[in-house]
Amino acid sequence: MSNKLNIVQAVNQALMNEMENDKTVIVYGEDVGLEGGVFRATVGLQEKFGKERAFDTPLAESAIVGTGVGMAINGLKPVVEMQFMGFSYPAFNQIISHVSRMRNRTRGGITLPMVIRAPYGGGIRALEHHSESTEAIYAHIPGLKVVIPSTPYDAKGLLIAAIRDPDPVLFLEPKRIYRAFKQDIPEEAYVLPIGKAKIVEEGKDVTIITWGAMVRDVQKASEMVKSKGIIPEIIDLRTISPMDRDTIIESVKKTGRAIVVHEAPKSFGVGAEIVSIINEKAFLYLEAPPTRVTGFDTIFPLPRGEKHYIPSPERIAKTIEDVVKF
Amino acid sequence: MRFEDYNPLEGKHYNILDINGEIIREEELPSLSDDELLYLYKTMLYTRTIDEKALSYQRQGRMLTYAPNTGQEATQVGSAYAMEKDDWLVPSFRELGAWLVKGVPLKNIYLYWYGNEWGSHMPEGVKVLPVSVPIASQFQHAAGIGMANNIKGENNVVVAYVGDGGTSQGDFHEALNFAAVFKAPVVFIIQNNQYAISVSRKEQTTSKTLAQKSISYDMPGIVVDGNDIFAMYSATKNAIDRARNGEGPSLIEAFTYRLGAHTTSDDPTIYRDDSEVEEWKEKDPILRFKKYLLAKNILTEEWDEKTKKELEVEVMSTFEEIEDKSDTAIEDIFKYHYASMPPVLEEQLNEYKAFLEGGK
Repeated sequence: MSNKLNIVQAVNQALMNEMENDKTVIVYGEDVGLEGGVFRATVGLQEKFGKERAFDTPLAESAIVGTGVGMAINGLKPVVEMQFMGFSYPAFNQIISHVSRMRNRTRGGITLPMVIRAPYGGGIRALEHHSESTEAIYAHIPGLKVVIPSTPYDAKGLLIAAIRDPDPVLFLEPKRIYRAFKQDIPEEAYVLPIGKAKIVEEGKDVTIITWGAMVRDVQKASEMVKSKGIIPEIIDLRTISPMDRDTIIESVKKTGRAIVVHEAPKSFGVGAEIVSIINEKAFLYLEAPPTRVTGFDTIFPLPRGEKHYIPSPERIAKTIEDVVKF
Repeated sequence: MRFEDYNPLEGKHYNILDINGEIIREEELPSLSDDELLYLYKTMLYTRTIDEKALSYQRQGRMLTYAPNTGQEATQVGSAYAMEKDDWLVPSFRELGAWLVKGVPLKNIYLYWYGNEWGSHMPEGVKVLPVSVPIASQFQHAAGIGMANNIKGENNVVVAYVGDGGTSQGDFHEALNFAAVFKAPVVFIIQNNQYAISVSRKEQTTSKTLAQKSISYDMPGIVVDGNDIFAMYSATKNAIDRARNGEGPSLIEAFTYRLGAHTTSDDPTIYRDDSEVEEWKEKDPILRFKKYLLAKNILTEEWDEKTKKELEVEVMSTFEEIEDKSDTAIEDIFKYHYASMPPVLEEQLNEYKAFLEGGK
């Protein structure tokens, strides 16, 4: 059986499937119970599984993640929600000090099969702290996995994989495209491998590495340059950490050129990491310097400024032309 | 004593055994057998011996930074003895006596302070969390474990520890709030040893007692004479019973004193007077308990001397054992971050091994 769902509905169905399959899966956070989440990702869970397994908590991100640590230690699989990624910072201490370290600290004695979900990214005309993409900060933490889907199909398969993963996973949902489009996806549970990138479009002239909501903008840019005879290969990273380096390297060896596109600030980010990997592993295949199209090293602007911030298909297309002409 | 009847704002200390070793509240004396009393006393002695030896090894340059427990043996041993085997212990980092009661081998404890993660790998069935160096963040884990007990319909209880400084942390308050809202079966114990490194209790908070912080969360709170083994046991037992009966969390302030330094890397003479330390030495929890046991003919001086010597030998041999074989294997540094090693870690491990082999 299949059904047509958008990303937020796919997330909801993944949670439904796993709560049904595994009684130890518990979903909680701010507004996730009765209201079903401010984006409705958890709608219907409390009704179906009761207040014990899907519930609202007091407003305290550190305690939501910190009690998740205790829940996981005590045999449950908590899937907690940070209402927005920008609200996860009060929980940062728990994430970096305990979530990511417990397995190593105890030499495998205590493991934390937990998921921290958070909508991330800009473009929905939101308030301050609601729009940034700080995946690089979390990807920098050893012991944590960072996963970002870009389609309803991926969202469901990757979230189920994250819930079943024996390690803690930060699952970031690109809220700009939460409802942008629907896909036909199986009603039953299925998994996609964490740590594996996907080639969205095969090409030959340049490799574009991206993830989340930017995948669709890169596809638009790709259409623009195709009329000029340039055929880009597009990689959706899907997992930021641990990163699928092989798919990137193989593609760059084929195309000889690489561009990373991300919404996050330019400096010290995931783009810099990818460019380094390319330099280390495929330097002799390069015909142009690997480059980045990104947000700026600024705070994400309030709604009146956000159109300038997120890389537009035009900005991406211009960079593709420059890199191919180099 | 009925926990609920106690008003932490009044600041009275719950007390059974006075500093002369005499019982001042006979009706509160817990019924423990002579064997149990000797076990408690011996565990307190064990705790102190481990401490003294660790300090001497540290001065000899054989031990790394160590956090001493001397003076706090009753808070730790008394509270942990009220727990059942299946209850969870969530420590901060100064709970040596509690670890011993809960079955953590000394080898683990020394290994941890000696700089090896295997120290935090608990033996099967020992429900003790590792040391939490970030302050008070472990209280959240205790609340979560308790919430999970409720969800799973299990009857276990969680006992969690923090220092006086930890009560200033947001996580302390968030955990108390969560535990109260979800009626989590948790006993929160503050080991108020009067100093957070160098910052004194009165510079930490304007609250009259630390136990009164429970009032905001509508949970029972009590100040206990932390150097009184009977009071610590009895108050914790009472709180554990409440938790096990589904009555939710409680907060215990154990009023005690750290006779030594915060860790071997600080110097307490900078921030406190000798006279204050001398005053607290009079209240030594071990001496007080010993006086009681001698008076009741449960303990003899001969047994005491002999036991101290035996413990010393045991502690020395355990330390020597870990001292010899405690270096971390290269693989161990990489192996435990994920259930299976991601390619990037495998590559870094192999590159480093190749470097080491090439360097021979």
